[in-house]
Amino acid sequence: MKAEGKKKVWSDYQKNIADNHYFYVRSCIRQTFFPGSETTFLKILRNNLSKDIFEDARHTTCTGIGYHTDIVPFETLMTIIARQFALMTEAGYSHFVPSCVTSFGIYTEVLDTWKHFPETEEKTREYLWKATKREFKVPDNLAHTSDIIYKFRENISAISKYRLVNRKTGEPLNVVEHIGCHYSKMFPSSGVGGAEFPAVLTGMVESWGGNVIDYPERRHCCGFGFRQYLVKANRGYSLSNSKKKFESMQPYKPDFIVANCPGCAMFLDRWQYTIAEMEGTTYDQFGMGIPVLTYEEMAGLVLGYSPWEMGMQMHQVSVEPLLDKIGVEYQKNEKYKGLHGQDIGKPQKPQFLIV
Amino acid sequence: MGNLTDQLNKDIRFIEGLKACMNCGVCTAICPAAEFYQYDPRIICDTVQSGDDELIENLLRSETIWYCGECMSCKTRCPRGNTPGFIIMALRKLSQELGYFTDSEKGRQQFAIKRAIGNSILTTGYCVRPELVSPQHHPEQGPVWEWVYDNLPEVMEKTGANFKKSGPGALRQIEPEVLKELHQIFEITGGYSMFDIIEKHSVQKAHGMNLDPSSDGIDNQYFENTYTQNNGNHNH
Repeated sequence: MKAEGKKKVWSDYQKNIADNHYFYVRSCIRQTFFPGSETTFLKILRNNLSKDIFEDARHTTCTGIGYHTDIVPFETLMTIIARQFALMTEAGYSHFVPSCVTSFGIYTEVLDTWKHFPETEEKTREYLWKATKREFKVPDNLAHTSDIIYKFRENISAISKYRLVNRKTGEPLNVVEHIGCHYSKMFPSSGVGGAEFPAVLTGMVESWGGNVIDYPERRHCCGFGFRQYLVKANRGYSLSNSKKKFESMQPYKPDFIVANCPGCAMFLDRWQYTIAEMEGTTYDQFGMGIPVLTYEEMAGLVLGYSPWEMGMQMHQVSVEPLLDKIGVEYQKNEKYKGLHGQDIGKPQKPQFLIV
Repeated sequence: MGNLTDQLNKDIRFIEGLKACMNCGVCTAICPAAEFYQYDPRIICDTVQSGDDELIENLLRSETIWYCGECMSCKTRCPRGNTPGFIIMALRKLSQELGYFTDSEKGRQQFAIKRAIGNSILTTGYCVRPELVSPQHHPEQGPVWEWVYDNLPEVMEKTGANFKKSGPGALRQIEPEVLKELHQIFEITGGYSMFDIIEKHSVQKAHGMNLDPSSDGIDNQYFENTYTQNNGNHNH
């Protein structure tokens, strides 16, 4: 195919991402396990890219985990979503940016439902007014936070302190990128690259000097499965799906994994510990596991942010081997210290996973 | 078509989820749950498409409908635009409304989810917060999380969170007037009704099993049972 033809085909896989003035909503999972990633995202937007991004303290969960565990009815979910849109409207914004991939999927699903069943939007407006006396406008633009970083990946590259390159060999680092299922599997046109060629993380990795690994189970779910993880009796499902991915990626010797969904990042980190403790197996050469990063952490490292202020000490798989490969300067002894350097103890060492 | 099909057809996700299934099985091929559990989304589509009330009632009372992880990988792949995952959501809702969910071990877990996640939404404004992820209930989280859990204010402060404080920021305190709005939305839109239905049928079942469900919270026998019980007959 001629270059022009390719360009035309690829244009079908692009999405419109607003370039400024964002209304930001947080994620249950990201703020619980990666609060530093949310902090880093806002710092990058405001301090490095000089963008306007606003957070209203009155926003809440979208109830997506409740919805996907089937305890929260669709009508309730749609009205909670409508309330978030009302806060955005009241603040004078129209570009809605959720931190969570499950939420992003929820917002795309609700907007799609309102498009195909306009009576449900009407009903939702009635419910919202009755419950809160609020009104809303539908956002002009809906983008996941990873879409925003993707959009400005070259700007970030231009001011980068580090590259995703092995400092000693000069070779690009090998990166496994994992896209959360609800980013574009449900509504392909809502994600960069659609469901077939999701480019949101690939674009970042390649702009910042890394090499993306293609492996057989690249698009397989991490295994969260909502009720399949949340209920202790079901966690074998969750673990088994991640294990399938680890076994598939292992031969390609990834230097790290990066995910745009907070749940995926957490599971791919924790299940490596669990598998190591259960079976004595790790998926790297040194018994330490494969570091798993959020895309905010990856962007933050490239920009020279402190790994410990970004919260990378909260990972179970140690990130130091990766920091050393990149050549990131960091204080080893500060890892488990409090904000003002106070001693707050250290985690116990696992039996098998080397930390 | 039977009564149960009529009820399913009131759910938009059922209308969106089932157009016309030709039983090709692509959904089963891509499904993470089908690989792990005795689960086949193709058969789910076939059953609901039959409109046979007896078969659908069996499904609503079964373990089967609770195996799906709602990853929605099936939506991408179906060549006819069906979404078995949406059909599952409609079946689970109906199973709860009719009280059939307590007939299965996996269905009974809705009680544990309601008591943990449902309670968290209404009391904290978020489905999950770190306080909910106790090392006792989450040994797989590992020793680093245990350290985080034991030092939440200090660790969260270092990462820039606004832990349990007013104003914007990660893990902030959600103010009472905001929670009041959430409660009003739950009241008006049927959120509370669903919670009440789950409670009512679960409490009945708990008593039938001689297990104490207590009036709320997770520190009770029925929560422990539904949260941990696994008869080992779910997998291939």
